[in-house]
Amino acid sequence: MLKGGVIMDVTDAKQAVIAQEAGAVAVMALERVPADIRKEGGVARMSDLKKIQEIMDAVTIPVMAKARIGHFAEAQVLQTIGVDWVDESEVLTPADEKYHIDKEKFAIPFVCGARDLGEALRRIAEGAAMIRSKGEAGSGNIVEAVRHMRAIRDGIAELTVVPREELVARARDLGAPLEIVREVAEKGRLPVVLFCAGGVATPADAALMMQLGAEGIFVGSGIFKSEHPAKFAKAIVDATTHFSDPQIVMEAQMQIAGAGAMHGLDIRQLSQEQLMSVRGT
Amino acid sequence: MIKLLERFGLAAPLKERTRKGMPVWGTCMGMIVAARDVADLSQPTLDLIDITVRRNSFGRQIASAEVDLPIPVLGPQPFPAVFIRAPWIERAGPGVEILASRDGHGVFVRQGNVIGSSFHPELTQDDRLHAYFVALAASQKAAKSA
Repeated sequence: MLKGGVIMDVTDAKQAVIAQEAGAVAVMALERVPADIRKEGGVARMSDLKKIQEIMDAVTIPVMAKARIGHFAEAQVLQTIGVDWVDESEVLTPADEKYHIDKEKFAIPFVCGARDLGEALRRIAEGAAMIRSKGEAGSGNIVEAVRHMRAIRDGIAELTVVPREELVARARDLGAPLEIVREVAEKGRLPVVLFCAGGVATPADAALMMQLGAEGIFVGSGIFKSEHPAKFAKAIVDATTHFSDPQIVMEAQMQIAGAGAMHGLDIRQLSQEQLMSVRGT
Repeated sequence: MIKLLERFGLAAPLKERTRKGMPVWGTCMGMIVAARDVADLSQPTLDLIDITVRRNSFGRQIASAEVDLPIPVLGPQPFPAVFIRAPWIERAGPGVEILASRDGHGVFVRQGNVIGSSFHPELTQDDRLHAYFVALAASQKAAKSA
């Protein structure tokens, strides 16, 4: 249902309404946008429940919220308050350095990040209903999302051409269950939707990721860290919807001309400790 | 959805073609877009079918369910209807047939060449509703050329 749409990070009801008005298919409630988590440091946890409730009351579109990797109690709380989706997210400080949440135990769907096919398939095996690239959240730099999307797509393409007898060894190398590997090899796609996240800052970024095979877009800091959130939100929705039409993407890009895109970071200058995408494998 | 239809100039041609008899089927959000209006919200719609819908009326994601829905026009076997944050039909005009209901509210309706369903038939293997729509389209075409 969310396919082809844009899901926007919001920290309060006012931002959620701006996102809905711009045409977002869902909003992601979180305490601070990734760019601020990056800047301010400290432990990033599940969002304040009062804020989540206010956001749920303010909009009619689905509300997602982030739980820390492995923090199943946060996820239980989020399900109980009534959020529509949980994002088990590397953007928050991981609660478990080894294991992810057993998502099969929940009634609401989960989205999880991945950097490559193996990671994507492990999350699906745990019960994720949507995979998104991790990218490098809060960086305003699309390079990591491109790397992850290409890695996932290349991994899928490879499985579709190798002989069936190789799939057991492939499953071992990917660290993923054989049944899911076989399914991907047969269908040439993940059994769940694949979105892009991490570093989308402009309409052209969104169009790039959609053309690379994303089925929808998460925008984190890119909207509310720009100078004109409403303009950015609408322009990114337009470009995502019509990603293969350069005329419309150009017009979307024109809408934000002079409107101050978020300042980006060079990933190569981040230290290992500053990288969020390496959290959880 | 309606925002994009309006922004990219699809709303007016869609209304025009529907008025001329193009078969239309709105499911879930699509039914909301096709409705005359939305209860308690001043949300614009295409007004293709004379119904008032209420959004998210069966509850949030956690309340999503697959129910065996009796739909007499599809035969005696109930239809596996997947409701996800689904709307229900709060009011139906005199020209609207209510073809299925859940909890006392219409969830599948028809008015001439337009049908609307609260649930998602594309998520199950049962293709009777698709067949119903194809038959509707074929009868529209036959009526047109007659």
